[in-house]
Amino acid sequence: MVFPTKGRRETVSSHLPPLVEPGHTFGSVTDKISSAVTERGTPRGWIVGFAFSFLLLMVLLVSVTYLLVYGVGVWGINIPVAWAFAIINFVWWIGIGHAGTLISAILLLLRQEWRTSINRFAEAMTLFAVACAGLYPLLHMGRPWLAYWLFPYPNTMGMWPQFRSPLVWDVFAVSTYLLISLMFWYIGLIPDLATLRDRSESRVGKTIYGLLAMGWRGSARHWHRYETAYLLLAGLSTPLVVSVHTIVSFDFAVAQVPGWHATVFPPYFVAGAVYAGFAMVILLAIPLRRFYGLQDFVTLRHLDHMARVMLATGLFVAYGYMMETFTAWYSASTFETYMIENRFFGPYSPYYWALIFCNVVVPQFLWFSRIRMNTTALFLIALVVSVGMWLERFIIVVVSLHRDFLPSSWDMYSPTIWDWGMYIGSIGLFLSLLFLFVRFLPMISIFEMRTLLPGAEVKEDEA
Amino acid sequence: MRNLAAHGLMAEFASAADLVAAAREVREAGYRHFDAYTPFPIEELDEAMGLHHTRLPFLVLIGGILGGLGGFALQYWTSVVNYPINVGGRPLFSWPAFIPVTFECTILAAGLTAVLGMLALNGLPQPYHPVFNISRFALASRDRFFLCVEARDPRYDPVETRHFLEGLDARRVSDVES
Repeated sequence: MVFPTKGRRETVSSHLPPLVEPGHTFGSVTDKISSAVTERGTPRGWIVGFAFSFLLLMVLLVSVTYLLVYGVGVWGINIPVAWAFAIINFVWWIGIGHAGTLISAILLLLRQEWRTSINRFAEAMTLFAVACAGLYPLLHMGRPWLAYWLFPYPNTMGMWPQFRSPLVWDVFAVSTYLLISLMFWYIGLIPDLATLRDRSESRVGKTIYGLLAMGWRGSARHWHRYETAYLLLAGLSTPLVVSVHTIVSFDFAVAQVPGWHATVFPPYFVAGAVYAGFAMVILLAIPLRRFYGLQDFVTLRHLDHMARVMLATGLFVAYGYMMETFTAWYSASTFETYMIENRFFGPYSPYYWALIFCNVVVPQFLWFSRIRMNTTALFLIALVVSVGMWLERFIIVVVSLHRDFLPSSWDMYSPTIWDWGMYIGSIGLFLSLLFLFVRFLPMISIFEMRTLLPGAEVKEDEA
Repeated sequence: MRNLAAHGLMAEFASAADLVAAAREVREAGYRHFDAYTPFPIEELDEAMGLHHTRLPFLVLIGGILGGLGGFALQYWTSVVNYPINVGGRPLFSWPAFIPVTFECTILAAGLTAVLGMLALNGLPQPYHPVFNISRFALASRDRFFLCVEARDPRYDPVETRHFLEGLDARRVSDVES
């Protein structure tokens, strides 16, 4: 039996591949997605991948232990470059997280149904990326065991946080973001956890999924409130996600350092975050759909749409680079113009031109639909963009700081092995969490996929 | 041993359309204490069952307002009253600098209200519910659609109601023990 390929509430667009390949039923969608979790044996590929990620995670553990024992002096930071890898990686990770919220919240409000098959793992990606991001400012503090001083609580010192500081705003923005993302993700999981509870054959699985599902039984009265809550959370997450990277950009923009003090920073940072995030979603989606055979659900159309978002936000970012240069020239300030000159021709200029190549030149290939539909090309472009976005933060943090107002305070920065250990280790943490996620939780929202099937449509004249 | 205090009668349907039609009939027949169980949310079902109002958006609004006011008050009190610091003669009540944290507190409180409010109004977590006594009910989280008329409904009658449900294209009708 062949079902019509268009999704629910979807206008017919014949030139695009479908959102769900034809022939699927409620049962087949459920079986296909939950099989990655409920199958007995663990696939060899998963074990190898997890082992590799876990090895990198151990690199993080060693780096953090060494840092805690000897202090932040083990990193390459010093005056004037007191912010380096820790802040670069913080901004890089938190930016990556933004695509998950964009997909789950903004695209939901815009009724973009193609988000359905990618929102779950994009949200998981957000959560894990924010966890990685959160590590850095904590460890950069030098005495992370006093991190709770950042929160306003009555204490015997009689002191309160300085609420006029963007760094305190950051604490509130990032912790709110983490909590809201966690709740959004968990709420989205509840009906699928109930599915796993009902399908799980082992006692342990039944118990754990049963506890997590909290007794969800799919009652219409529950669904009614559930959908309201989900929509409200989406509406709340939308301004939140914009505010988070805006506040991150304030960490820089509120300071006077040439290269930081720019009004273009908030929109430019938000666009950069979405850009980097979509690159990461593509990097994850392409291997996941191949290894778990999910081509029916994450179709070429999804990849095409994500590539378009990446291209659009890439152009915003390119505009940001142009405006930074223009503003520096137009300001006629010696320090601002020197900042650009130093970026273009200074000691770190190869990194700047590499950034332009990665973030501005390479994504232009995405104008061609043949490249957007080619998974290998798309994967490579997304990889290049991820590197480019890391370089962007390197340029903003290090190149701005290393030559500020007084030439007598200028200095060069180079990372140590412990900087690299922390960075590579955080990738290990991210990948380990991701591997555990795809093994123990459904990586695609099962109940939302059901709503895309033709059988979910209730015609009023039939009823 | 059979539990005499039955929870109600459960009818099983093969499609969403059948369930929505049945829910409408049940409601029109005057039943009020009944519930439908589906593997995904069905908009048309809310209307068929007469579900229109939920207090949740109102609660979220209140939560957001309290969160915003609370966040702003915290910053005002700590920065102006309890721990004033003179930074270059700038005003202590520098309210524009308090906006980001106020905003984040608003979102956090509203989000927490949305999630906890939804769970509380739905009565979750709930470790036990009679509907799970039916073994086929496991399919409610897969591809089947159920409708349960509860025994506490004044119009409920074990025989009459069963006949009525059987006449609604139900695949099967079974007793739910409480």
